[in-house]
Amino acid sequence: MMILKILFRNAFHNKLRSGLTILGIAVAILAFGLLRTVISSWYAGVEAASTSRLVTRNAISIIFTLPLSYNEKIRQIEGVKMVSYGNWFGGVYIEEKNFFPNFCVEPRTYLEIYPEFVLSPAEKKAFLADRKGFVAGRKLAAKYGWKIGDPVTLKGTIYPGNWDFVLRGIYKGRDDTTDETQFYFHWDYLNETIKKVSPPRADQVGFYMIAVTRPDLSADVALAVDKTFKNSLAETLTETEKAFNQGFIAMSGAIVTAIQMVSFVVIIIIMAVVANTMAMTTRERIGDYAIMKTLGFGGRDITVLIFGESLVISLTGCLTGMILTFPAAAAFGQSLANFFPIFIVSRETLYLDILAAILIGCLAAIIPTRQAIRIGIADGLRRIG
Amino acid sequence: MAEQKQNIVEIRHLYKSYHRGSLVVPVLFDITFDIVSGEFLALMGPSGSGKTTLLNLLAGIDKADEGSIRVGDLDITTFSETELAHWRANHVGFIFQFYNLIPVLKAIENVELPLHLTSLSKRERRDHAEMALRMVGLEHRMDHYPQELSGGEQQRVAIARAIVTDPTILVADEPTGDLDRVSAEEILAMMERLNSEMGKTIIMVTHDPRAAQRAKILRHLDKGYLTDDDSQNPL
Repeated sequence: MMILKILFRNAFHNKLRSGLTILGIAVAILAFGLLRTVISSWYAGVEAASTSRLVTRNAISIIFTLPLSYNEKIRQIEGVKMVSYGNWFGGVYIEEKNFFPNFCVEPRTYLEIYPEFVLSPAEKKAFLADRKGFVAGRKLAAKYGWKIGDPVTLKGTIYPGNWDFVLRGIYKGRDDTTDETQFYFHWDYLNETIKKVSPPRADQVGFYMIAVTRPDLSADVALAVDKTFKNSLAETLTETEKAFNQGFIAMSGAIVTAIQMVSFVVIIIIMAVVANTMAMTTRERIGDYAIMKTLGFGGRDITVLIFGESLVISLTGCLTGMILTFPAAAAFGQSLANFFPIFIVSRETLYLDILAAILIGCLAAIIPTRQAIRIGIADGLRRIG
Repeated sequence: MAEQKQNIVEIRHLYKSYHRGSLVVPVLFDITFDIVSGEFLALMGPSGSGKTTLLNLLAGIDKADEGSIRVGDLDITTFSETELAHWRANHVGFIFQFYNLIPVLKAIENVELPLHLTSLSKRERRDHAEMALRMVGLEHRMDHYPQELSGGEQQRVAIARAIVTDPTILVADEPTGDLDRVSAEEILAMMERLNSEMGKTIIMVTHDPRAAQRAKILRHLDKGYLTDDDSQNPL
C-alpha cells in the first residue's frame, strides 16, 4: 500500500515534467487513434459487406459493362434468391469538389437486397413510382440541405448532359456501419435517355448484385454464374461483396500501409520520449531508491515503483488521448465525410490505444529499473547531498 | 561487581577495496575490534580514511573483500543481498548526514516506512510511528512533508525512523554534518539519551570533535588502518 502511495505521488511530484509527458502521450495516442480510425474507415465498406451478396462484373475490368439480358439467366441459377443491377453514374453536383457516390439501380430489387438502407414505406413508394426520383442518405441530404420534393441536377461525366432528379426519400442506415452518403436513382431513367442519345450504350449494366439463398452457397453460385457466361462476348467475374470491396481497397494498399507505418512510428517516438522522462526521473530518485534498499526494501519493490510510475504516466496520457479522440474523430469525420462516410472510433482502436500505452509504460521503464536495481546502496547514497 | 557487557559486534581482519575500472583502490586494511552492547562509539578520521566504508560494512549495505563481521550471533559477511536486506530491516537503524527522507511522504509516513516490512497491522504501524515521533518531540509535525521542516526537524524525523523498528544497532553517518550548531546540539543530545536511557548501541562516523565528545568510545581511522586500541573517550 505504501509502495502504491509513493508510486502515485512520485508520478505527479514534478508536475511540469509529468504534465508535459502526459500531454505528449495524449497527443500521440490521439494521432494513433485517428490514424487507426482512418484505416478502419478505409475498410468500412469491406466490414459492412454481407456474406450473402455477390457482385458480378465484366471479367476484363469494372469499366466494361455487361448486357442486361444476363439478368434473367442469373435469376435462373440455383441458389440465387434475387438479382439487381446498376451502373456507376459519376455525376457532379454543381461543381466537382462536391463529390459523393451516385448510382443508377433497379430500385425495387436493390432496396430488397440492401435492407440496411431504411426508408419509410411512403418514401419507398414515392421513389418507386417516380422514374426521375432519387433517394439520398441522411448525411448527404443534411450536407446539402435537401428536403423531400427538392429538385436536384447532376452533371453527367460518363453520361453527358444535365440530369434532373427529385428527392423522394432519405434513407437511414440500419446501424453505424451503413454508408449514409450515397445517391440512388432509377436505372430505367438512365437507360431510356441513353437509348435516345447513344443507342449502342443502352441496355448495358455495370454490375449485378446477387442475393443468395444461403451464405454457404456463395462460392457455388459465383462459380455457376461465371460458368454460364464462359466463352461469351462478355465473360463475368463473380465474387462476394466483401472480396469485391477489398479489390478496391487493394488499389490503395500502399497508402494504407503508409498510414499504418506512421501510426506505429508515432508510438515509437513517444516511447522514446517517455523512456527519456523515466531515465531522468530514475536518475533523480536514485538516492530515494538507495534509502529504500537501505531500509530493507528489495529489487521487486523498486521495480514496482518505477514500472508503476511509468505506467501511471502513460495510462493517464492514454486516457486523456482516448477522451480527446472522440471529438477529434467527429470533427475529422465531418470535414472528410466525402472520403470517409463512416468514421467511427472502433472498440478495437481503443484496445490498441491501451495496449500501446501499456507497451510504452513497460518498455520505457526497463532500462531505468535495471539501473536502479544494479546500483549499489553505497553508490546510491553517495549521490545524495 | 561491575556488569559484564556482551559484544554486540565483532569485526575480524576486515579488508575492503574499490574497483575503478582496472584500478584497485584499497580502503580498509585488517580491521579488528569489538563493540559491546549499549556502547556509543564514534569513528573519527580525515576524509578518505575509510570511516564511512567501515560503517557501511557494519550496517550491511556494502560487502567486505575479506574478514568477518559478527552482529549478535550472525556473521553478516556470509549473507546474500536478500538476507542482508532482511537483516538490515530488523537490526539496523540509519541516520544520515542529509537526513535521506522520502520527499513525497509526510513525516509520519517516513517513520512508518520501515514498518511496512514487518507483520504489524496498519493501526500498530501508525501507533509505533506516532510514538517514535513523540520521542523526538515532533508529534505536532507528523503531517508535514520533509521540505516543510527545518534541517534539525528532518534529522529528528530520520532518528524517529531509525528507532521505530527497535533495531539492534543505530548507525549514524555525520548526523550533524548538515546542521547549524544549535540543531546539531539537539540531535547529539537526543542520540546521547537514546544511548543512556534506552541502551541503544550507536556507531557514529564524524569528523566533528564536538560530536565525537558525546560518544563513550572513540576510534580513529587513518588511511584505512585503525590507529588506536579500544579506549575510553579522552575528549
